[in-house]
Amino acid sequence: MANAKELKSVLTGPIISNNPIALQILGVCSALAVTSKMETALVMTLALTAVTAFSNLFISIIREQIPSSVRIIVQMTIIASLVIVVDQVLQAFAYDVAKQLSVFVGLIITNCIVMGRAEAYAMKTPPMMSFMDGIGNGLGYGAILLAVGFVRELFGNGSLFGIEIMKKISEGGWYQPNGLLLLPPSAFFLIGILIWIIRTYKPDQVEAKG
Amino acid sequence: MANANKDSFSRTLLVVVGLCLVCSILVSAAAVMLKPIQDDNKSFDQQKYILEAANLLDTRNLTMTKAEVKKLYDERITAKVVNLKTGDFVKGIDGNTFDMDKASRDPKNSFVPKDDIASVKRVANDAVVYLVRNEQGKLETIILPVKGYGLWSTMYAFLAVKPDMNTIENLVYYKFSGSGETPGLGGEVQNPKWIAKWNGKKLYDDKGNLAIKVTKNPAEAMTVHGVDALSGATLTSNGVQHSLTFWLGNEGFARFIEKVRKGGLS
Repeated sequence: MANAKELKSVLTGPIISNNPIALQILGVCSALAVTSKMETALVMTLALTAVTAFSNLFISIIREQIPSSVRIIVQMTIIASLVIVVDQVLQAFAYDVAKQLSVFVGLIITNCIVMGRAEAYAMKTPPMMSFMDGIGNGLGYGAILLAVGFVRELFGNGSLFGIEIMKKISEGGWYQPNGLLLLPPSAFFLIGILIWIIRTYKPDQVEAKG
Repeated sequence: MANANKDSFSRTLLVVVGLCLVCSILVSAAAVMLKPIQDDNKSFDQQKYILEAANLLDTRNLTMTKAEVKKLYDERITAKVVNLKTGDFVKGIDGNTFDMDKASRDPKNSFVPKDDIASVKRVANDAVVYLVRNEQGKLETIILPVKGYGLWSTMYAFLAVKPDMNTIENLVYYKFSGSGETPGLGGEVQNPKWIAKWNGKKLYDDKGNLAIKVTKNPAEAMTVHGVDALSGATLTSNGVQHSLTFWLGNEGFARFIEKVRKGGLS
């Protein structure tokens, strides 16, 4: 069993210092699509965390058995099965959110974070640590998603988690919402700004100039 | 070493087959076990929006429990299946379980519309209509399902009209395929303020021609046939117009509407 310090670095490392979106620039596609509201961003984070954690766990358990010639397809099979299970569970227990997330839950299958962690970490690490690594990366993904979702929903729609914070002009209030923030390109700008902030705070993340 | 030959052909086959078996059992178990809950969610969701179209509840401030919603639905709403070609009710099919989308994929029970302005691709021969009665059992509202392509997605709505088949009560969008329309722009089809603009508008002019129009012209929007288009969402607004034109037209509910006007429901 790994010691507590290693466990902590595996769990919290991906949140800032090794963030899957901000440093590895993986999983950006879904980060653009589901962040126009906090609620969808949160559910997507939970779904992705569950899939990454359990796919890492299962792949790690059978890592000694996976023939290297078919390892990618074996990983894909496990990930795809888990995604379908998560999608079914959401449709059964969180129908309204599942309706809004629609295709994006299914697209977790192709999310590079899940594949990346399976291939880079779970294939050579014992199960418990792999599971924790999945949770850690899910948290890192979620941190960016929620940060982007916070800005987009607050300034694009004047609300947070659907609760009105700033009353919009169209509903008799004073706030003129910024329509750009509701469109996917705004997430590009926000993620760019976040990466800038993180790299200013941690200059070691800046790539060396060629 | 246990793994010395893990890359051998037979070993690879064994791992792959074994894995597929385990995964397929897992996936099918989840799908089968959760199916009843999912179906329940779907029908509850649909019932909620039908009741909203009938002005019997507000889905945004839902205070009723699931059971209360179901009870209200059972008391006030009758789902009937209508043949689009004849406009007559079809006996023997339960409107609450009939799935128009599923039927439209069956070539035997559907047709390809000649003038497919709403991009519906195929239309089932039969369609569901919902009859809303008041507490005394008198027919108050008729709800027609309409769908059509907006900017990004197929938009599903319930159009509620008075028994004169001319006065609109409500147009409630409840479902979008894919990721839906743009939030804040086309997504405003679900804004209660916009929905309220439909109340009282007339579908047909004095000569009986379809006259309802989603328009950008403010003067036209003031008339009894005009509804102000969504700002910044021309294509979604066009989609709404096309859905109505198609579903109220000859390949939609036109014959049924004609029969109701002649007193087919009394």
